Formats: sequence, structure tokens, C-alpha cells
Amino acid sequence: MQAEYHGYTGLVASLLRKAGVKPGDVIVVRRGDGSEFRGVLMPRYSLSPGPFIVLKLPNGYNIGVRVDESTVIEKVGSVERGKPGEPMPLVEGPLKPPRERVMIVGAGGTVASRIDYETGAVKPYLSVDELSLSVPELWRYADIDAVQVFQVLSEDMKPSMWARLVDEVAKAIERGYDGVVVTHGTDTMAFTASALAFAFHRGLPVPIALTGAQRSSDRPSSDAAFNLTAAVLVASRAPFAEVTVVMHGETGDTYALAHRGVRVKKMHSSRRDAFQSINSPPLAKVWPYDARIEIIDKRFRGRGKEDLVVENGFHERVALIKHFPGDIASVIDALVDKGFKGIVIEGTGFGHVSNDAIKSLERAREEGVAVAIVTQTIFGRVNLNVYSTGRRMLAAGVIPLEDMTAEAAYAKLSWVLARAEDLDEVRRLMLTNLAGEISGRHPLRLYRHATGV
Amino acid sequence: MAGGKLDYRALGVKVGLEIHQQLDTRHKLFCECPAELTDDEGDVFLRRLRPTRSELGDVDPAALFEWRRGRVYRYHAPPGHSCLVEADEEPPHPINREALAIALAVAMALGSTIVDEVHVMRKTVIDGSNTSGFQRTAIVALGGSIEVDGKRIPIETIVVEEDAARKLGEEGRVVDYKLDRLGIPLIEIATAPVIETPEEAKNVALAIGRLLRLTGKVKRGIGTIRQDLNVSIRGGAKTEIKGVQKLELIPKVVENEVLRQVRLLEIRDEMRRRGVTQELLDSLKPVDLTSLLSGSKSRVIRRVVKAGGKVLGVKLPLMKGLLGREVMPGRRFGGELADYARFWAGVEGIIHSDELPGYGITREDMERIAEALGASLERDAFVIVASDEERARRALEVVIWRLKLALEGVPEETRAALEDGTTRYMRPRPGSARMYPETDIPPEPVTEDLLEEAKRYVPEPPSKVVEGLVSRYGLSRDLAEAVVDDERYKLIVDLIEKYRGRLEPSYVAGFFVVTLRGLRGEGVDPDAIPDDKLAEILDLVARGDVAREAAGEIALYIARNPGASVREAVEKLGLKKLGREEVEKVLDEIVRELRDEIVKRGERAMGLVMGRAMAKLRGRADGRLVAEIARRKIREVLAGSAQ
Repeated sequence: MQAEYHGYTGLVASLLRKAGVKPGDVIVVRRGDGSEFRGVLMPRYSLSPGPFIVLKLPNGYNIGVRVDESTVIEKVGSVERGKPGEPMPLVEGPLKPPRERVMIVGAGGTVASRIDYETGAVKPYLSVDELSLSVPELWRYADIDAVQVFQVLSEDMKPSMWARLVDEVAKAIERGYDGVVVTHGTDTMAFTASALAFAFHRGLPVPIALTGAQRSSDRPSSDAAFNLTAAVLVASRAPFAEVTVVMHGETGDTYALAHRGVRVKKMHSSRRDAFQSINSPPLAKVWPYDARIEIIDKRFRGRGKEDLVVENGFHERVALIKHFPGDIASVIDALVDKGFKGIVIEGTGFGHVSNDAIKSLERAREEGVAVAIVTQTIFGRVNLNVYSTGRRMLAAGVIPLEDMTAEAAYAKLSWVLARAEDLDEVRRLMLTNLAGEISGRHPLRLYRHATGV
Repeated sequence: MAGGKLDYRALGVKVGLEIHQQLDTRHKLFCECPAELTDDEGDVFLRRLRPTRSELGDVDPAALFEWRRGRVYRYHAPPGHSCLVEADEEPPHPINREALAIALAVAMALGSTIVDEVHVMRKTVIDGSNTSGFQRTAIVALGGSIEVDGKRIPIETIVVEEDAARKLGEEGRVVDYKLDRLGIPLIEIATAPVIETPEEAKNVALAIGRLLRLTGKVKRGIGTIRQDLNVSIRGGAKTEIKGVQKLELIPKVVENEVLRQVRLLEIRDEMRRRGVTQELLDSLKPVDLTSLLSGSKSRVIRRVVKAGGKVLGVKLPLMKGLLGREVMPGRRFGGELADYARFWAGVEGIIHSDELPGYGITREDMERIAEALGASLERDAFVIVASDEERARRALEVVIWRLKLALEGVPEETRAALEDGTTRYMRPRPGSARMYPETDIPPEPVTEDLLEEAKRYVPEPPSKVVEGLVSRYGLSRDLAEAVVDDERYKLIVDLIEKYRGRLEPSYVAGFFVVTLRGLRGEGVDPDAIPDDKLAEILDLVARGDVAREAAGEIALYIARNPGASVREAVEKLGLKKLGREEVEKVLDEIVRELRDEIVKRGERAMGLVMGRAMAKLRGRADGRLVAEIARRKIREVLAGSAQ
């Protein structure tokens, strides 16, 4: 099999190579049946191979043309690909920001991007210059600086990257910014938000707002600018100094919600308002067009009340698994064998795993592996005292994590294991409310049925 | 038309058509919602759209302008007819294969070259009519042709795309859209710009519409087919006219656009003749007339000034009379300037000197304005705008810009068709930069399976279909042609087939193409009667529950009372068919009354008897039954009198 050629493989790749054409060339494709197609050769992005050449026609449409051994490809010209010009500003005149300063730290997600209109490829960027042109409304709330720490897909995020992020955010706070915004892919944002919350829980003077986009920023309907503006509003003006996730509060472009990082969970695969606070009210409602922040949970840690204290560092060998009706015992055993030092299990209902896994739990404790329990029902509190299974689990040494989210539990165990080895100390820290991740009371209204009517 | 009939061929008129037709598929193009409209209300949400930038940093100026105005779109999402896909809360599902198959069938019928792999593209549209900010669209075939009146009209492209949301209205900065229509599959057929006369444009549209109907897989009714026209004349420019909904309007729209381009060229020549130059236009400066006009009788000006706004004016040297020139019926050149000012600057309108005195502005006001602007009322024109200062200033800049374009000729524009066959400025013609790949949908190979499926929908050539109706159902040629041209073609054929042996095909066909069309004469719209009610009427006729002659009357009643059921109509009209016994009774009576005449005229009295009988029984008894009984009764009388 020949090497890939601009996304093409096999016969097509060799035909294109032979003809000496590359994407951007105007080509004519003449087929054995006499038919002829003329257009600009496009790179092939889909992972489906197939004997097709992708052409862009003069009217802007792409089509796929089937080729075979009898096809002749000829280059007849090339498109003058203009140099990227000066991007057109969305507002006229100079920006006049207030005196607040906000640092935007880029850690992924396509919160700001440009589109290549030929290929449809989205190129993320996060320079202040470009932001000022494409999201000028940010400057309404603060003078903005930006730095890209890394650009990874949500699913490629690792605890070691949390640590780099903590350093970068801490640096900005030390330099006197009034708040920090972190842009991040949405899928694992709740984990990162929790990690930051634990790293800064001993002392945080300003708000940290994580934000992202559920619709990528190359589209006119993207939620990126709305969310980013809301996050900058929180970072620059919120009265609280907490780690939050600031994202759409409803499907419309009206208000965002600021969720406590340790309480938030992505509850929908695609909606703008996918993020919800679990077992806790959101911290505030944020109206980015109206410069308004409406506090919902008044028990917050106030801005400017604490000096910065950073406790960075996360343990990489922590797993998060979920009980299932099959052989859960073997999964726990395997994790212990593989040298994991902490396991968070989403148990059934009150937090149970099957009775045949109790032995595996006991073995984990003997090997010094911390096992912590949250519930896979998402809402509600773990309680291992109600049924005998739970009591056996307690006897086997598991740590029932009250009403903590799985994301917060995972990040916390990773953080705790980086600074405590003794299982009793691990247990003590895990059950101590450090950043608002545990609460004792759940009013009725915290949980609502999504009945769809 | 003013200026007499234009010689279209001499003017080098070129028209291309883009026919958009909704497909009658089970569900929408990119989701599983039903592809139909609804009266249901739904959830409401507000959104905004942002201009996006291309690699080259281009932003569609119209898009930018809409955004700066802070446009808010209020979407109404009926839950049975829209889902997360229409709400832009979920990526599109794979393309609807049924829609693809129908489009491929049309491509086959037009002899087009089918692409081997369909690539869905995004076409940027940020007027809010698409929640995503773009329309998803894909080419399925290239080339082909259709013959119309002996001329070969080349087809350029065949496209499947999603229909836009339905605009419900506008309220200040807020525009309301309903999501039921968003995502209904459309086929778009674009012809080459080879059409040379207004009439020919209509005939081509008719021919394509007929072909589409013959697939049996397209929707019908107002709004289900829309024609866009590209019109240019030699020395003019390509104008794209959007959304002509009625076929009959096509010739008029073309005529008006040709006229507009002719007039714009005349205005250009006149401007040049009078010595207007780009430099002269560049030198024009707006002047603040607020204090000068604060005491004006004009209500608009008084209102704006009271609200803290400004009145700005600009002198248009050497242009007296040009703004008042008519460019199409009821539209002056000044109106074209006003359209630009409204669109680009967001003002309510402009006032120009060729329409003054008027709008509360007196001759004395005019003289004072002219003095302030340094203009001569004998030679120059002027434009004034009342709005907040920023917009007013921008509006005048736009007016000057439009005049500079006028000095060059006809600007390329997208215009909207109005009900009276005129058009108005919508936006500049979009650049090609607004099309890019829909990365959420993988390319769809056109497989053998798909082509097989498409073959089921390939429409026969209309002449063959007429032939078939004649030979299969014994319809006259005229009737068969009328059926093929009828919007309800498919329903008619289905019902002919359904009632075969019980109702003659010519009766069923005639009910639709003669009886129903005849109802227009009664001032009702037969197209508005739902198909199921028409089918029900024929069902009652077939069962013998109502007379054949009553069908039209029932349809008329339903057209006038849209809520009424067919049963209700039958009862209200007293059309319940009489049985043989009752008919006998009525005829007994008539024959008794006419006995002497019958004896005198013999068999020829039939006409007289039938006349009386039908006057009493029309619609309540089958004519043939009445005739049969009448004939027997007459013979009985004659036999009796002969004895």
C-alpha cells in the first residue's frame, strides 16, 4: 500500500502523483466513459477511502468523482491563493476597555478559530490581536491578555496538563490580573475545573472561569463568543473568587450560568446548555449582553479576601470506573494489578458494587489502593449504611464520597494521592469539604425531572 | 408599460432560472422530523448570529451589518415538527436517501451527469432563516437539458438542499422564525442563462415544474415551489431575484427587471452627459440641517428631532429630476437609493428633492435647504435623512456610494420579488467565499442501490404520460393534457385508478380540471380545498350517496366554509341523494302536470319533462336515472292515451 497523498490512498493517490497535481491545482478529470470534470483539486478528509477525487467547482460546491485505471488527470492551472489579509474588525474605532484586566489562558477547545473556506478545516487561534478583531465585546468588560498553554482535544487531557495549567493561572494571578479565563474543550472541562478548584482551595483572591463552545467558533451560530464574553464578565466583575465553569444557561443566547467547578457536569452531548450543577445550585446567572451578574448561591468565597496559595500536583495513577452487571471484580483486580493507586467507582444507586467484588475491594485496601465511591445516578448522595452490601463495602475500606460528582471525586483523589499515601489520611482528606464539593443538605428543588413536557 | 414594448432580443436579455421545489419525503433532509408545516405552537428561544471570517479575513458586509445592528432571532420550535437538529443543538444526521433518490431521478430524466459522491456544503446565510447560520446544500448532478417549445435549455446543476425557517414577522430588532419548514428537502434545478424573453422564462418554469410533478414525489401548494431568476441585459448586470412564488408572475418580474436595467443605463448616460463624475460625488459632504428644519411641519422630522436625532442633508449636484425617474412601475430611482440607505444604514427612509414639496416639507423649506446646501433648485437635487446622527451620516454616505455605482451602470444585486411583480433591493450578491464543506456529514457515495431506488421515481416525458392517460383511461387528449398540467396530477391518477369500474376516468379527471377550476369563477380558491376532502366527495359519488352533478356544489361549499366536513356540506346543501322511489314520485307528479303536453308532443316531450325534473332534482338524483324513469313514464302516458 502506497503512502497517503493529501488524504488520498491507493489508486487515487497514485493517479494524482502520476499527474503531478496537488490540492489547489485546477484539474480536468477525463474518464474512460468519456465524461469530463473540471475543478480545483481538494484534499480528502473523510477517513472512508473509496476511489473518489474531490473537486471544488467554480460555484463553490464540492463533488466526488469516481476514477479508475482508465482515468486521465491533467493539470490545467492553479488557483491564486491569496495571502491571508488583515482580518476585518467587527467594530470600528479603537477599543476602550475599563481598567480591569483579565488573562485568557488557552487550554484547548475551538473557542476562537478561523475557517479555511476551501477545506472546511478549522484553525484555532488565541492571540490578543485576533481576539480583539473577532470578539471585540470582551473589551467592554476588561483589558484582555491571552496566552495559549497547549491546544489539546478534550479527550486527550491528562492530569499532568492540569498541573501546567495551574502554574499558568497562578502566574497570571501573581501578576495582578483581576480574573482568569481558561478556554477548554467541553467534554472534560468538569474534571479540569475540579482539579483547579482543589489546587487553589487554600487561597484564591480572584475568580477563575473555565469556558468553551458546544458549537465550534467557525459557525455564525457558535456559542463561543457568548460564553467567552460571559466568562470575561465573571472574571472581571464577579464578587466571588472561586473556580467556575461559565457556559450557556439555556438553549437561547440570553444568560449563562456560572457553576462551581467542583459541582458541574456536562449532562448533554451537544446542547449549548449541557452543563448543570449537580446536587447544588449554580453560583450565579450571568447576562453577557447586559453586564449583569445575578448571584444565586450567596455562600461564596469573596473576591480579594484571600491571598493566593497554590497546592499543585496530581497523581496520574487514578482510575474512574462504573459498576455494571457483569464481572466488576476482575476490573478492580486488573486495576490493582496495573499499579493504580486510587479507584473511583460509580456504584449503583446508593453506591453499591456486587457482593462478589467485595473480595477485590479488600485486596485493593491490602495493596494500599484507595477506593472511593460515588453514585452512577448522578443526583443524590451515596449511602452505604442502608443495605448489607454497602456495609460489607464499608468493612472492606471504601470511602463513600457523600454527594460528590464523579469528576470532582476523580480530580480530588488524584490531588489527594499526590500529597498523602496513608489510606487513613487519604480518607480524611477525601471526606473533608475543601472547595464546596460536599454539601450536607439538598433542598427539594435541587432536582427536577426532565419529563419533556 | 411606459416607454412601450421592449425588444428583448435586441436588448440582449439573458435569463436563467433556479427552480426550488419541496420534495414530498417521509422526513426532513437531515433529521427524522416530518417534512411538513404545522399550526402547532412550540418552545420559543432567542439567538444571535455572528459574522464568521474566512481565511482571507473576509466578512460578508451584510452579515456584519446585521450583527452590528444587534439583530435577535426568535425561533418558534413546534415539538412535533422540529428537534435538536433544527434548533442547532445537535449535529445533522446523514442525508435523507429518499430525497437523494428523488433528485437523482430528476437528474436521470434531464440526462444530467450524476456525481459519484455527494458532498454536503454549508452556504453562509445569516439573516436568521437558518439557525446554524448556513444552509446545507449539495450538488447531485451536472449538465443535462430540457426541451421547451423546440429549444434546448441546458441545465447547469441539480442540487438538494434544506429549506429555510419560515419568517413569521419582525418587531424592532427581533425577527420571528418558525422551525417547521427548516430542513424540508428541496431540489434546486438551475438552467443556463439562455432564456431570451419573459414569456419563455415562464414556459421553461412550467416545463420543469411539470417534470418534477411527474415524479409523484414533490409537494404542492403555495410556497412549495419558488423560482429565483437571474436577469441581465447587454451592458447591464446579473441581478438575482429571489422568491417568485407564482408562475404567472415570472414574465412580469422579468419585464420589470429588464426595464429597470434599461432605465438605470439611461440614468447613467444622463449623469455623464450632465458632467457628474466620481470625483464630484466623492467631494460631497453632509450638512446638519437640524436647527434649520426644527420648525418644519414634517411629522417625521419633528419626531426625530424631539427624540434628540438629527436631520442631515447632502446636495446632489446636476441631478435634478433624476431621482424622480421611474425605474419600474411605481418605483423611482430615489426609491433605489432609499432601499440602500435602509439596508446599509438602518434608517427608515430618505427624502429627496424630486418628491418635494411633500411630506410636510414646503417650497419655502426647500429653498432654505437648498441655500444651506449651496444647491440650485433649478439644477441640483438633494437628499435629507432624519435619524440619530450616526445612522443619518451613514445613510448619506450610502446614498453617495449608490450614486457612484449608478455612474458605472447597473450594480450586481440580490433583489426580492414582490407580489405585484416588482422587486426591491435585498442585499449585494454574495461572494463565492461563503461556501465551505459541512464537516459533520461524511460524503455519501452514489451507490448502485441508490440509483436503483432512484429509477422508481424517474418521471416519464410528459407527452408519453398524456399518451398513457389517453390509451389507458380513454381520456380525450385535451383532458389528459390538463391532468398532466394539474398540480394534483398524482391525486387525480390515484383516484381514477381507485374508482375504476365505478366512476368513469373522464368524470374523475373532469371533476378536477373542469369542475374545480370552474369554481374560481365563483370567487373561491379550489387549491385551498384539502385533498382528503376532495377524495371523500368522489367516494360519496362512487357509492351513489350523492349525485355526480353534486360534486362541484359540495366542493364550492367547502371552499367557502373551510372548517366544514364533506358530510356537513352534503346535509347543509340538502344533497343527500334520493332513492329510485322518491325520484319516481317526483316524476309522477311532473308527468301528471304535463300530461296534455306529452300527449301533444309525443316522445319529443322528453326535453320538457327532463327540464322540469332536473330543476327539482339536480344534485339530488343521478341524471341518468331521472332520464330512464322519465322516458318510461312518457311512454306509459303515450301508451295510455293511445288506447
